[in-house]
Amino acid sequence: MTFTIPIDNGDSVKNAEADSQRTLYPYVTGTSIVAIKYKDGVLMASDMGGSYGSTLRYKNIERMKAIGKHSLLGASGEISDFQEILRYLDELVLNDNMWDDGNSLGPKEVHNYLTRVMYNRRNKFNPLWNTLVLGGVKNGESYLGMVSMIGVSFEDNHVATGFGNHLARPILRDEWHADLSFEDGVKLLEKCMRVLLYRDRSAINKLQIAKITEEGVTVSQPYSLKTFWEFKAFNNPTAGAEGSW
Amino acid sequence: MMDLNLDAPHSMGTTIIGVTYNGGVVLGADSRTSTGMYVANRASDKITQLTSNVYVCRSGSAADSQVVSDYVRYFLHQHTIHLGQPATVKVSANLIRMLAYNNKPATVKVSANLIRMLAYNNKNMLQTGLIVGGWDKYEGGKIYGIPLGGTVVEQPFAIGGSGSSYLYGFFDQAWKENMTKEEAEQLVVKAVSLAIARDGASGGVVRTVIINSEGVTRNFYPGDKLQLWHEELEPQNSLLDILNAAGPEPMAI
Repeated sequence: MTFTIPIDNGDSVKNAEADSQRTLYPYVTGTSIVAIKYKDGVLMASDMGGSYGSTLRYKNIERMKAIGKHSLLGASGEISDFQEILRYLDELVLNDNMWDDGNSLGPKEVHNYLTRVMYNRRNKFNPLWNTLVLGGVKNGESYLGMVSMIGVSFEDNHVATGFGNHLARPILRDEWHADLSFEDGVKLLEKCMRVLLYRDRSAINKLQIAKITEEGVTVSQPYSLKTFWEFKAFNNPTAGAEGSW
Repeated sequence: MMDLNLDAPHSMGTTIIGVTYNGGVVLGADSRTSTGMYVANRASDKITQLTSNVYVCRSGSAADSQVVSDYVRYFLHQHTIHLGQPATVKVSANLIRMLAYNNKPATVKVSANLIRMLAYNNKNMLQTGLIVGGWDKYEGGKIYGIPLGGTVVEQPFAIGGSGSSYLYGFFDQAWKENMTKEEAEQLVVKAVSLAIARDGASGGVVRTVIINSEGVTRNFYPGDKLQLWHEELEPQNSLLDILNAAGPEPMAI
Protein backbone atom coordinates (compact mmCIF):
# COMPACT_ATOMS: atom_id res chain seq x y z
CA MET A 1 0.00 0.00 0.00
CA THR A 2 1.45 3.37 -0.93
CA PHE A 3 0.46 6.53 0.84
CA THR A 4 0.34 9.73 -1.16
CA ILE A 5 -1.31 12.89 0.06
CA PRO A 6 -4.27 13.39 -2.29
CA ILE A 7 -3.87 16.67 -4.12
CA ASP A 8 -5.60 16.99 -7.46
CA ASN A 9 -4.02 19.73 -9.51
CA GLY A 10 -5.17 18.33 -12.82
CA ASP A 11 -3.15 17.88 -15.96
CA SER A 12 0.56 18.05 -15.13
CA VAL A 13 1.62 18.92 -18.68
CA LYS A 14 -0.36 22.16 -18.84
CA ASN A 15 -0.69 23.02 -15.14
CA ALA A 16 2.48 24.20 -13.38
CA GLU A 17 1.26 23.39 -9.87
CA ALA A 18 0.73 19.77 -10.79
CA ASP A 19 4.43 19.61 -11.58
CA SER A 20 5.17 19.62 -7.89
CA GLN A 21 4.32 15.94 -7.99
CA ARG A 22 6.91 14.92 -10.54
CA THR A 23 10.68 14.66 -10.28
CA LEU A 24 12.21 17.82 -11.68
CA TYR A 25 15.83 17.43 -10.58
CA PRO A 26 17.86 15.12 -8.42
CA TYR A 27 18.96 16.04 -4.86
CA VAL A 28 21.16 13.37 -3.32
CA THR A 29 23.09 11.66 -6.10
CA GLY A 30 25.54 8.82 -6.54
CA THR A 31 28.23 9.04 -9.18
CA SER A 32 29.65 6.39 -11.57
CA ILE A 33 29.24 2.63 -11.53
CA VAL A 34 31.76 0.52 -13.50
CA ALA A 35 31.14 -3.16 -14.25
CA ILE A 36 32.80 -5.92 -16.29
CA LYS A 37 32.19 -9.55 -17.16
CA TYR A 38 34.99 -11.84 -16.06
CA LYS A 39 35.79 -15.54 -16.01
CA ASP A 40 33.40 -16.56 -13.20
CA GLY A 41 30.70 -13.92 -13.64
CA VAL A 42 30.49 -10.17 -13.20
CA LEU A 43 32.52 -7.64 -11.18
CA MET A 44 31.06 -4.24 -10.29
CA ALA A 45 32.62 -1.24 -8.54
CA SER A 46 31.12 1.89 -7.03
CA ASP A 47 32.11 4.51 -4.50
CA MET A 48 30.06 5.11 -1.38
CA GLY A 49 29.31 8.79 -1.83
CA GLY A 50 25.96 10.59 -1.83
CA SER A 51 26.47 14.15 -3.07
CA TYR A 52 24.06 16.95 -2.26
CA GLY A 53 24.84 19.35 -5.11
CA SER A 54 28.53 20.02 -4.76
CA THR A 55 28.64 19.00 -1.09
CA LEU A 56 29.96 15.49 -0.40
CA ARG A 57 27.25 14.96 2.16
CA TYR A 58 27.00 11.20 2.74
CA LYS A 59 29.96 8.87 2.70
CA ASN A 60 28.50 5.50 3.56
CA ILE A 61 25.90 4.84 0.90
CA GLU A 62 25.82 1.34 -0.61
CA ARG A 63 24.91 1.75 -4.25
CA MET A 64 25.13 -1.94 -5.16
CA LYS A 65 22.59 -4.48 -3.91
CA ALA A 66 21.87 -8.17 -4.51
CA ILE A 67 18.54 -8.91 -6.20
CA GLY A 68 17.20 -12.41 -5.66
CA LYS A 69 19.78 -15.18 -6.05
CA HIS A 70 21.18 -14.39 -9.45
CA SER A 71 21.46 -10.63 -9.89
CA LEU A 72 23.38 -7.57 -8.67
CA LEU A 73 22.02 -4.06 -9.18
CA GLY A 74 24.16 -0.94 -9.13
CA ALA A 75 22.70 2.56 -9.40
CA SER A 76 23.93 6.07 -10.03
CA GLY A 77 21.74 9.17 -9.81
CA GLU A 78 19.08 10.05 -7.25
CA ILE A 79 19.40 7.80 -4.19
CA SER A 80 15.75 8.06 -3.14
CA ASP A 81 14.68 6.77 -6.57
CA PHE A 82 17.16 3.90 -6.22
CA GLN A 83 15.59 3.04 -2.86
CA GLU A 84 12.16 3.08 -4.49
CA ILE A 85 13.39 0.72 -7.22
CA LEU A 86 14.71 -1.63 -4.53
CA ARG A 87 11.20 -1.68 -3.02
CA TYR A 88 9.67 -2.57 -6.41
CA LEU A 89 12.23 -5.34 -6.87
CA ASP A 90 11.57 -6.66 -3.36
CA GLU A 91 7.94 -7.08 -4.31
CA LEU A 92 8.90 -8.71 -7.61
CA VAL A 93 11.17 -11.23 -5.89
CA LEU A 94 8.59 -11.91 -3.18
CA ASN A 95 5.92 -12.72 -5.73
CA ASP A 96 8.37 -14.89 -7.61
CA ASN A 97 9.15 -16.85 -4.45
CA MET A 98 5.48 -17.27 -3.60
CA TRP A 99 5.01 -19.42 -6.71
CA ASP A 100 7.26 -21.91 -4.92
CA ASP A 101 7.95 -23.68 -8.18
CA GLY A 102 11.71 -24.00 -8.06
CA ASN A 103 12.20 -21.24 -10.64
CA SER A 104 13.86 -17.98 -9.75
CA LEU A 105 14.21 -14.65 -11.53
CA GLY A 106 17.39 -14.42 -13.57
CA PRO A 107 19.31 -11.27 -14.54
CA LYS A 108 17.70 -11.12 -18.02
CA GLU A 109 14.25 -11.00 -16.45
CA VAL A 110 15.18 -8.38 -13.86
CA HIS A 111 16.81 -6.23 -16.54
CA ASN A 112 13.71 -6.45 -18.70
CA TYR A 113 11.47 -5.50 -15.77
CA LEU A 114 13.63 -2.48 -14.96
CA THR A 115 13.64 -1.38 -18.60
CA ARG A 116 9.84 -1.41 -18.68
CA VAL A 117 9.61 0.53 -15.38
CA MET A 118 12.14 3.20 -16.45
CA TYR A 119 10.67 3.67 -19.92
CA ASN A 120 7.10 3.91 -18.68
CA ARG A 121 8.03 6.50 -16.05
CA ARG A 122 9.83 8.49 -18.75
CA ASN A 123 6.70 8.47 -20.88
CA LYS A 124 4.76 9.98 -17.98
CA PHE A 125 7.37 12.76 -17.63
CA ASN A 126 8.10 11.51 -14.13
CA PRO A 127 11.38 9.62 -14.45
CA LEU A 128 13.25 7.67 -11.85
CA TRP A 129 16.43 9.70 -11.99
CA ASN A 130 18.92 6.83 -12.18
CA THR A 131 21.19 4.95 -14.51
CA LEU A 132 21.09 1.31 -13.47
CA VAL A 133 23.62 -1.48 -14.03
CA LEU A 134 22.32 -5.02 -13.81
CA GLY A 135 24.76 -7.93 -13.66
CA GLY A 136 24.21 -11.59 -12.95
CA VAL A 137 24.91 -15.26 -13.58
CA LYS A 138 22.33 -17.98 -14.13
CA ASN A 139 22.94 -21.52 -15.33
CA GLY A 140 26.55 -20.71 -16.13
CA GLU A 141 25.71 -17.75 -18.35
CA SER A 142 26.99 -14.29 -17.35
CA TYR A 143 24.85 -11.27 -18.05
CA LEU A 144 25.62 -7.55 -17.87
CA GLY A 145 23.26 -4.76 -18.93
CA MET A 146 22.38 -1.12 -18.32
CA VAL A 147 19.16 1.00 -18.25
CA SER A 148 19.11 4.78 -18.24
CA MET A 149 16.50 7.18 -16.84
CA ILE A 150 14.96 7.61 -20.28
CA GLY A 151 14.66 3.89 -20.85
CA VAL A 152 17.69 3.29 -23.09
CA SER A 153 18.61 -0.32 -22.42
CA PHE A 154 21.37 -2.62 -23.68
CA GLU A 155 23.83 -5.38 -22.76
CA ASP A 156 27.57 -5.41 -23.12
CA ASN A 157 30.78 -6.99 -21.81
CA HIS A 158 31.64 -3.86 -19.87
CA VAL A 159 29.51 -0.87 -18.86
CA ALA A 160 29.90 2.36 -16.98
CA THR A 161 27.55 5.16 -15.89
CA GLY A 162 27.97 8.91 -15.49
CA PHE A 163 31.55 10.08 -15.70
CA GLY A 164 32.60 6.47 -16.09
CA ASN A 165 31.24 6.66 -19.64
CA HIS A 166 33.91 9.20 -20.52
CA LEU A 167 36.80 8.10 -18.36
CA ALA A 168 36.41 4.38 -17.65
CA ARG A 169 35.05 3.01 -20.93
CA PRO A 170 38.11 3.94 -23.02
CA ILE A 171 40.28 2.06 -20.52
CA LEU A 172 37.92 -0.92 -20.63
CA ARG A 173 37.84 -0.94 -24.43
CA ASP A 174 41.60 -1.16 -24.46
CA GLU A 175 42.20 -3.60 -21.64
CA TRP A 176 39.14 -5.80 -21.21
CA HIS A 177 39.29 -9.26 -22.68
CA ALA A 178 37.21 -12.41 -22.22
CA ASP A 179 38.01 -14.73 -19.30
CA LEU A 180 39.69 -12.22 -17.05
CA SER A 181 40.75 -13.73 -13.74
CA PHE A 182 39.34 -12.29 -10.50
CA GLU A 183 42.65 -10.57 -9.70
CA ASP A 184 42.98 -9.01 -13.16
CA GLY A 185 39.34 -7.94 -13.09
CA VAL A 186 39.74 -6.22 -9.72
CA LYS A 187 42.93 -4.48 -10.86
CA LEU A 188 41.19 -3.27 -14.03
CA LEU A 189 38.24 -1.87 -12.06
CA GLU A 190 40.58 -0.20 -9.56
CA LYS A 191 42.45 1.43 -12.45
CA CYS A 192 39.15 2.92 -13.65
CA MET A 193 38.07 3.98 -10.16
CA ARG A 194 41.39 5.72 -9.51
CA VAL A 195 41.04 7.83 -12.68
CA LEU A 196 37.51 8.71 -11.61
CA LEU A 197 38.84 9.72 -8.19
CA TYR A 198 41.28 12.12 -9.81
CA ARG A 199 38.93 13.61 -12.37
CA ASP A 200 35.30 13.38 -11.17
CA ARG A 201 34.35 16.14 -8.77
CA SER A 202 31.68 14.05 -7.09
CA ALA A 203 33.82 10.96 -6.48
CA ILE A 204 35.00 10.09 -2.98
CA ASN A 205 37.86 7.84 -1.93
CA LYS A 206 35.83 5.05 -0.41
CA LEU A 207 34.70 2.23 -2.64
CA GLN A 208 33.31 -1.24 -2.76
CA ILE A 209 33.78 -4.00 -5.32
CA ALA A 210 31.02 -6.59 -5.70
CA LYS A 211 31.22 -9.89 -7.46
CA ILE A 212 28.46 -12.17 -8.64
CA THR A 213 29.08 -15.76 -9.67
CA GLU A 214 27.01 -18.93 -9.87
CA GLU A 215 27.49 -19.22 -6.09
CA GLY A 216 25.95 -15.83 -5.36
CA VAL A 217 26.73 -12.22 -4.53
CA THR A 218 29.52 -10.90 -2.33
CA VAL A 219 30.08 -7.20 -1.70
CA SER A 220 33.51 -6.27 -0.36
CA GLN A 221 34.15 -4.18 2.74
CA PRO A 222 34.56 -0.46 2.03
CA TYR A 223 38.17 0.56 1.34
CA SER A 224 40.23 3.47 -0.03
CA LEU A 225 42.72 3.62 -2.87
CA LYS A 226 46.19 5.14 -2.74
CA THR A 227 46.61 8.13 -5.03
CA PHE A 228 49.75 9.50 -6.64
CA TRP A 229 50.79 13.16 -6.33
CA GLU A 230 54.57 13.00 -6.60
CA PHE A 231 55.01 14.14 -10.21
CA LYS A 232 57.76 16.76 -10.21
CA ALA A 233 55.53 19.08 -12.20
CA PHE A 234 53.01 19.09 -9.37
CA ASN A 235 55.48 20.43 -6.87
CA ASN A 236 55.91 23.94 -8.21
CA PRO A 237 53.83 24.28 -11.37
CA THR A 238 54.00 28.05 -11.67
CA ALA A 239 57.76 28.46 -11.30
CA GLY A 240 58.71 30.53 -14.33
CA ALA A 241 55.10 31.46 -15.14
CA GLU A 242 53.90 33.34 -12.10
CA GLY A 243 50.15 33.80 -12.13
CA SER A 244 49.33 30.75 -14.20
CA TRP A 245 47.93 27.57 -12.77
CA MET B 1 22.95 11.22 -19.55
CA MET B 2 23.78 13.86 -16.97
CA ASP B 3 24.86 17.25 -18.24
CA LEU B 4 28.62 17.23 -17.78
CA ASN B 5 28.99 20.73 -19.20
CA LEU B 6 32.57 20.25 -20.38
CA ASP B 7 32.48 23.67 -22.05
CA ALA B 8 31.80 25.49 -18.81
CA PRO B 9 34.29 28.25 -18.01
CA HIS B 10 37.25 27.08 -15.93
CA SER B 11 36.35 27.85 -12.36
CA MET B 12 38.44 27.34 -9.27
CA GLY B 13 35.67 26.18 -6.98
CA THR B 14 38.13 26.31 -4.23
CA THR B 15 39.15 26.59 -0.66
CA ILE B 16 41.49 29.49 0.14
CA ILE B 17 42.68 30.64 3.55
CA GLY B 18 44.92 33.38 4.93
CA VAL B 19 45.94 33.53 8.57
CA THR B 20 48.13 35.97 10.53
CA TYR B 21 50.44 34.72 13.23
CA ASN B 22 52.99 36.15 15.57
CA GLY B 23 55.53 37.28 12.98
CA GLY B 24 53.88 36.94 9.57
CA VAL B 25 51.15 35.25 7.59
CA VAL B 26 50.34 31.77 6.29
CA LEU B 27 48.36 31.44 3.07
CA GLY B 28 46.80 28.12 2.05
CA ALA B 29 44.76 26.69 -0.83
CA ASP B 30 43.61 23.43 -2.40
CA SER B 31 44.66 22.53 -5.97
CA ARG B 32 41.52 21.63 -7.91
CA THR B 33 40.42 23.53 -11.04
CA SER B 34 37.19 22.31 -12.59
CA THR B 35 35.32 22.73 -15.89
CA GLY B 36 31.76 21.83 -14.93
CA MET B 37 32.09 18.48 -13.18
CA TYR B 38 35.43 17.56 -14.79
CA VAL B 39 38.63 18.24 -12.87
CA ALA B 40 40.66 20.08 -15.49
CA ASN B 41 43.74 20.44 -13.27
CA ARG B 42 44.23 18.40 -10.10
CA ALA B 43 47.47 20.10 -9.04
CA SER B 44 46.93 23.82 -9.70
CA ASP B 45 48.80 26.54 -7.87
CA LYS B 46 46.31 29.13 -6.64
CA ILE B 47 48.72 31.16 -4.51
CA THR B 48 50.33 33.73 -6.79
CA GLN B 49 53.21 36.09 -6.21
CA LEU B 50 52.62 39.82 -6.61
CA THR B 51 55.92 41.05 -5.19
CA SER B 52 58.66 39.38 -3.21
CA ASN B 53 56.74 39.98 0.01
CA VAL B 54 53.08 39.96 -1.07
CA TYR B 55 51.14 36.97 -2.37
CA VAL B 56 47.48 36.51 -3.31
CA CYS B 57 45.16 33.49 -3.05
CA ARG B 58 42.80 33.28 -6.04
CA SER B 59 39.30 31.81 -6.25
CA GLY B 60 36.34 31.98 -8.61
CA SER B 61 36.96 32.35 -12.32
CA ALA B 62 40.48 31.15 -13.16
CA ALA B 63 40.78 33.63 -16.02
CA ASP B 64 39.55 36.66 -14.08
CA SER B 65 41.75 36.07 -11.06
CA GLN B 66 44.77 35.51 -13.30
CA VAL B 67 44.28 38.74 -15.23
CA VAL B 68 43.66 40.78 -12.07
CA SER B 69 46.81 39.49 -10.40
CA ASP B 70 48.86 40.05 -13.59
CA TYR B 71 47.77 43.71 -13.77
CA VAL B 72 48.48 44.26 -10.09
CA ARG B 73 51.93 42.73 -10.38
CA TYR B 74 52.62 45.11 -13.26
CA PHE B 75 51.35 48.20 -11.40
CA LEU B 76 53.22 47.24 -8.26
CA HIS B 77 56.35 46.87 -10.26
CA GLN B 78 55.90 50.39 -11.60
CA HIS B 79 54.96 51.70 -8.17
CA THR B 80 58.19 50.36 -6.84
CA ILE B 81 60.06 52.18 -9.54
CA HIS B 82 58.00 55.40 -9.19
CA LEU B 83 58.84 55.69 -5.54
CA GLY B 84 62.47 56.39 -6.59
CA GLN B 85 63.14 60.03 -7.33
CA PRO B 86 65.56 60.69 -10.19
CA ALA B 87 68.68 62.57 -9.00
CA THR B 88 69.94 65.93 -10.56
CA VAL B 89 72.72 67.74 -8.52
CA LYS B 90 73.64 65.90 -5.36
CA VAL B 91 74.48 62.66 -7.15
CA SER B 92 75.77 60.47 -4.33
CA ALA B 93 73.14 61.37 -1.75
CA ASN B 94 70.36 61.19 -4.27
CA LEU B 95 71.73 57.97 -5.71
CA ILE B 96 71.64 56.39 -2.31
CA ARG B 97 68.15 57.73 -1.71
CA MET B 98 66.99 56.41 -5.14
CA LEU B 99 68.39 53.02 -4.36
CA ALA B 100 66.68 53.11 -0.99
CA TYR B 101 63.37 54.06 -2.60
CA ASN B 102 63.74 51.57 -5.48
CA ASN B 103 64.35 48.75 -3.07
CA LYS B 104 61.57 49.79 -0.75
CA PRO B 105 59.16 46.87 -0.73
CA ALA B 106 55.48 47.64 -1.41
CA THR B 107 53.19 47.52 1.57
CA VAL B 108 50.51 44.91 1.77
CA LYS B 109 47.83 47.60 2.08
CA VAL B 110 48.78 49.15 -1.25
CA SER B 111 48.52 45.81 -3.04
CA ALA B 112 45.13 45.15 -1.57
CA ASN B 113 43.82 48.54 -2.59
CA LEU B 114 45.06 48.15 -6.14
CA ILE B 115 43.16 44.90 -6.40
CA ARG B 116 40.13 46.60 -4.90
CA MET B 117 40.24 49.25 -7.63
CA LEU B 118 40.13 46.64 -10.37
CA ALA B 119 37.56 44.45 -8.67
CA TYR B 120 35.17 47.25 -7.75
CA ASN B 121 35.33 49.04 -11.08
CA ASN B 122 34.70 45.83 -12.96
CA LYS B 123 32.28 44.31 -10.49
CA ASN B 124 29.74 43.39 -13.11
CA MET B 125 32.22 41.43 -15.11
CA LEU B 126 34.68 39.94 -12.69
CA GLN B 127 33.87 36.86 -10.70
CA THR B 128 36.82 36.33 -8.47
CA GLY B 129 37.33 36.37 -4.72
CA LEU B 130 40.87 37.03 -3.50
CA ILE B 131 42.82 36.92 -0.26
CA VAL B 132 45.91 39.12 -0.17
CA GLY B 133 48.57 38.33 2.39
CA GLY B 134 52.11 39.47 2.99
CA TRP B 135 54.65 41.02 5.27
CA ASP B 136 56.08 44.52 5.24
CA LYS B 137 58.30 46.28 7.73
CA TYR B 138 55.75 48.96 8.67
CA GLU B 139 52.85 46.77 9.72
CA GLY B 140 54.23 43.23 9.91
CA GLY B 141 52.02 40.39 8.67
CA LYS B 142 48.64 41.44 7.22
CA ILE B 143 45.70 39.70 5.55
CA TYR B 144 43.12 41.45 3.39
CA GLY B 145 40.02 39.74 2.06
CA ILE B 146 38.60 40.97 -1.26
CA PRO B 147 35.31 39.22 -2.03
CA LEU B 148 33.12 39.65 -5.12
CA GLY B 149 32.24 43.29 -5.63
CA GLY B 150 35.58 44.68 -4.55
CA THR B 151 35.17 45.30 -0.81
CA VAL B 152 38.51 45.30 1.02
CA VAL B 153 38.45 43.99 4.57
CA GLU B 154 41.49 43.72 6.76
CA GLN B 155 41.17 40.63 8.95
CA PRO B 156 43.25 38.55 11.34
CA PHE B 157 42.28 35.58 9.16
CA ALA B 158 40.24 35.16 5.98
CA ILE B 159 38.60 32.22 4.25
CA GLY B 160 37.19 32.11 0.75
CA GLY B 161 36.04 29.94 -2.14
CA SER B 162 33.24 27.41 -2.24
CA GLY B 163 34.93 25.20 0.37
CA SER B 164 34.98 27.99 2.92
CA SER B 165 31.27 27.42 3.70
CA TYR B 166 32.33 24.34 5.62
CA LEU B 167 34.93 26.21 7.67
CA TYR B 168 33.09 29.07 9.34
CA GLY B 169 32.20 26.99 12.39
CA PHE B 170 35.65 25.42 12.48
CA PHE B 171 37.44 28.77 12.54
CA ASP B 172 35.02 30.26 15.05
CA GLN B 173 36.19 27.54 17.40
CA ALA B 174 39.82 26.94 16.42
CA TRP B 175 41.18 30.44 15.67
CA LYS B 176 43.26 32.20 18.29
CA GLU B 177 45.49 35.29 18.35
CA ASN B 178 49.31 35.12 18.44
CA MET B 179 49.84 31.60 17.23
CA THR B 180 53.32 30.42 16.38
CA LYS B 181 54.32 29.80 12.78
CA GLU B 182 53.94 26.03 13.23
CA GLU B 183 50.51 26.33 14.86
CA ALA B 184 49.30 28.66 12.11
CA GLU B 185 50.46 26.39 9.29
CA GLN B 186 48.96 23.33 10.97
CA LEU B 187 45.65 25.17 11.33
CA VAL B 188 45.63 26.11 7.64
CA VAL B 189 46.50 22.60 6.43
CA LYS B 190 43.87 21.06 8.73
CA ALA B 191 41.22 23.53 7.53
CA VAL B 192 41.87 23.07 3.79
CA SER B 193 41.91 19.32 4.31
CA LEU B 194 38.52 19.44 6.11
CA ALA B 195 37.04 21.53 3.31
CA ILE B 196 38.38 19.13 0.68
CA ALA B 197 36.62 16.29 2.52
CA ARG B 198 33.22 17.92 2.01
CA ASP B 199 33.44 20.26 -0.99
CA GLY B 200 33.34 18.50 -4.35
CA ALA B 201 34.82 21.60 -5.95
CA SER B 202 37.97 21.44 -3.81
CA GLY B 203 40.55 18.69 -3.85
CA GLY B 204 44.03 17.55 -4.71
CA VAL B 205 46.96 18.77 -2.68
CA VAL B 206 47.24 21.49 -0.02
CA ARG B 207 49.69 24.25 -0.86
CA THR B 208 50.86 26.75 1.75
CA VAL B 209 52.99 29.88 1.53
CA ILE B 210 54.51 31.34 4.70
CA ILE B 211 55.61 35.00 4.51
CA ASN B 212 57.54 36.75 7.25
CA SER B 213 60.52 39.04 7.82
CA GLU B 214 62.88 36.29 6.75
CA GLY B 215 61.23 35.67 3.38
CA VAL B 216 58.88 33.22 1.72
CA THR B 217 58.52 29.44 2.18
CA ARG B 218 56.35 27.27 -0.09
CA ASN B 219 55.04 23.91 1.14
CA PHE B 220 53.22 21.05 -0.52
CA TYR B 221 51.04 18.44 1.20
CA PRO B 222 49.77 15.72 -1.17
CA GLY B 223 46.28 14.27 -0.60
CA ASP B 224 47.53 10.99 0.78
CA LYS B 225 49.68 12.66 3.46
CA LEU B 226 46.76 14.45 5.11
CA GLN B 227 44.95 13.38 8.27
CA LEU B 228 41.92 11.12 7.83
CA TRP B 229 38.53 12.53 8.79
CA HIS B 230 35.13 11.01 9.62
CA GLU B 231 34.24 8.04 7.42
CA GLU B 232 37.55 8.24 5.56
CA LEU B 233 39.69 5.11 5.37
CA GLU B 234 43.41 4.32 5.22
CA PRO B 235 44.40 4.12 1.53
CA GLN B 236 45.41 0.73 0.10
CA ASN B 237 47.12 -0.39 -3.06
CA SER B 238 44.33 -2.77 -3.99
CA LEU B 239 41.42 -4.84 -2.65
CA LEU B 240 43.58 -7.88 -3.44
CA ASP B 241 46.01 -6.89 -0.68
CA ILE B 242 43.16 -6.77 1.83
CA LEU B 243 41.79 -10.12 0.70
CA ASN B 244 45.18 -11.81 0.82
CA ALA B 245 46.15 -10.33 4.16
CA ALA B 246 42.92 -10.91 6.05
CA GLY B 247 41.56 -14.19 7.45
CA PRO B 248 39.11 -16.65 5.90
CA GLU B 249 36.03 -14.55 5.16
CA PRO B 250 36.88 -10.92 4.31
CA MET B 251 34.18 -10.54 1.64
CA ALA B 252 30.96 -10.49 3.62
CA ILE B 253 27.47 -9.87 2.28
